[in-house]
Amino acid sequence: MCLAVPGEVEDIQGRNGVVNFGGTRRKVDISLIDELNVGDYVIVHAGFAIERMDEEDARQTLDLLRQLESAEY
Amino acid sequence: MKLVSETILSNVTRAGQGGVTLRDLDDSGTLIWGDLEVVLTTDAHTVKPLFFPGGNIGRLAAAGTLNDISVMGVKPLAISCSIVMEEGFSRSRLETVVRSMNEVLEEVGADLIAGDTKVVERGDIDEMIMTTAGVGVTGRGSVIRDTGLKPGDDIILSGTVGDHGITILSVREGFDFQLQTQSDVGPIWGIVEAALEVGGVHAMKDPTRGGLSNALNELAEKSMVGIEIEEESIPVESDIRNASEMLGVDPYSITNEGKVVIGVDRELSDEVLSSVRATARGRKASVIGTVVEGHRGEVVMETRIGGRRLMEPPVGDPAPRIC
Amino acid sequence: MDLSSFHDRDAVQRAAKLLLRKAPRRQLTFLHVCGTHENTIARYGLRSLLPDSVRIVAGPGCPVCVTSTCEIDSMVEVAQDHARVFTYGDMFSVPGSGRSLRDARADGADVQVVYSLADAISIARKSPKPSAFFSIGFETTAPLAATTVLAGVPPDFYFQISHRLIPPAMRALLDAGEIRIDGLLCPGHVSTIIGAEPYEPFAREYGIPIAIAGFEPLDVMLALIDLIDQVDSGKPRVFNEYSRAVRWTGNRKAQRMIERVFETCDSEWRGLGTLPESGLRLRDEHRDLDVRNRFDLKPREPAPMPPGCRCADVLLGSADPSDCPLFGDRCTPPTPVGPCMVSSEGTCRIWYTYGGRGRG
Repeated sequence: MCLAVPGEVEDIQGRNGVVNFGGTRRKVDISLIDELNVGDYVIVHAGFAIERMDEEDARQTLDLLRQLESAEY
Repeated sequence: MKLVSETILSNVTRAGQGGVTLRDLDDSGTLIWGDLEVVLTTDAHTVKPLFFPGGNIGRLAAAGTLNDISVMGVKPLAISCSIVMEEGFSRSRLETVVRSMNEVLEEVGADLIAGDTKVVERGDIDEMIMTTAGVGVTGRGSVIRDTGLKPGDDIILSGTVGDHGITILSVREGFDFQLQTQSDVGPIWGIVEAALEVGGVHAMKDPTRGGLSNALNELAEKSMVGIEIEEESIPVESDIRNASEMLGVDPYSITNEGKVVIGVDRELSDEVLSSVRATARGRKASVIGTVVEGHRGEVVMETRIGGRRLMEPPVGDPAPRIC
Repeated sequence: MDLSSFHDRDAVQRAAKLLLRKAPRRQLTFLHVCGTHENTIARYGLRSLLPDSVRIVAGPGCPVCVTSTCEIDSMVEVAQDHARVFTYGDMFSVPGSGRSLRDARADGADVQVVYSLADAISIARKSPKPSAFFSIGFETTAPLAATTVLAGVPPDFYFQISHRLIPPAMRALLDAGEIRIDGLLCPGHVSTIIGAEPYEPFAREYGIPIAIAGFEPLDVMLALIDLIDQVDSGKPRVFNEYSRAVRWTGNRKAQRMIERVFETCDSEWRGLGTLPESGLRLRDEHRDLDVRNRFDLKPREPAPMPPGCRCADVLLGSADPSDCPLFGDRCTPPTPVGPCMVSSEGTCRIWYTYGGRGRG
């Protein structure tokens, strides 16, 4: 129930956008998210964007590994 | 499919005398003729859609049959082709299909020497079915089987996987996504010839239906060896990988129509690899694993993050999923 | 955005090393409730990287496995007698009490597999005929149907709403107390919709550590490390590892749409029985889109599990697939007995495919 992949919004036309998943492009329904912009990253499930993906949060999560290591070693 | 093979095998008493028989269920069959071994294969092709990025049914049919001969280590000499088409099939589309077939023949240097066409009533079949048969000749006993892998051998994959299967899905109604990569449908003879010239080739398989995973499992089973694969070494185009992720389809289980898996003696592996990489279709060839004594009949993969898992043969066509 | 570090070998190996250092002295069992988590774990061989004292078990996270046989049978009936049926790939080959949609298609029924509900809608617009969409999945997928209903569907387009909810299933699992669960790995994309909030009562009431995890191998490893830390500290809470996609309150817009289109109802989970308030159905004002409303379908009873099949235990996490006497023997992917083997997201199927049994 959870298969969704991240991609970059390249174009927006009303309730649809074109999302680029690292080379594969597809039309995606973006009606579940407000105020989306070209250049934003979204998580796409079965052809619908279900949420924005936040770059800063991604960085922080990756940083978590480093923090855990510092605490441990 | 197993049921069909069983039904056929149990009802054919004349299934081959010497050589590779029907019972061997290999890509082609052979018959011994004095000092020679004649290789014969046949296949029916129905692809939907008929025309796809990178090819069409004609290209698929010709390459498919030429490859079934090539993968036995034999140069394909000629094919026959039988076309059944629906009434009203456009003349120009037929021309395109036949021209594509010819392109493949030109590339390999093989000939179409017999053919047949039938037109059936509209609705009796879906547009077109092509059946091809192919023939090649080699010295008796020189045919390369899928039973010949030896522990210590390297496994070379001639290029990227997933291209054809994902491309077909991308143009299917209900899927509709754009790729940069296209179907890889094409002849592998150039690659096979390059490898044979170096020597040390113990077994080969082309990863068509069931993809790389199926080919590796069949090799492991038929040769009664274990295979260890390094996922990191398996070449996959990034848009194909991302499309597979999006659809929830395994790129290692999906059909390829222009690739070959080669089991080669470790001593000659480097040379075979360079030789293959020098060919037009083998530029992205890679050593993806080795053959071992242990876990006979099984393929074990070291995943790209360093974990271990089995690579089981796929069951049925990989269907896209949402879960 | 470069997300490749989430499946970077070095990063995952570093996390694995940390996990080994933190390896608990007593056996810990963590449960996940998402078929996609099981898929990540099996496909990357993550179990082979875990310390012996840490076990991850799969719960009822495969919506296909838990979809009632009645719903499947009804859709097969619709395909055979009434309308074109659109389905996600997952459901195509899953038999109800007898046949699957694939079987129906082999007999000439119009059944089309689509990647997206949006594709079904556009096909229906291009070639109009009575159509029904088999809408399965958990909270991740429900908003897709909701937004589509609100946007308006083509004429003669209906839904079989078979959505189920994760928190009620989690509650049933914990209440069943079949196995000792030391922590929960919560599904990242369901959480994208519902947020982290709904899990707080579980941490509180059951005192159970919770980590919402993404689906890359590093996500799962980081979540496991946190769960072990939570067990050590004795202070259970909800940790959101998947912060890049999960907001604490979830996707409010999606939640509002679900509210407008659906209401909760009791729902039968294949193998588990009826769980209260665990499913969704169309509200009265949208009931005209319900396939059961449009077509006169046979009333049905859920089919019993096949004899010997331990899918129910596997779904509850109280048995591994290899504990089932049928696994790998009478029950294999080409000859499946229970839903856990039929579905490509089923725990048994994934185990069989990736050799989940043991460390690979």
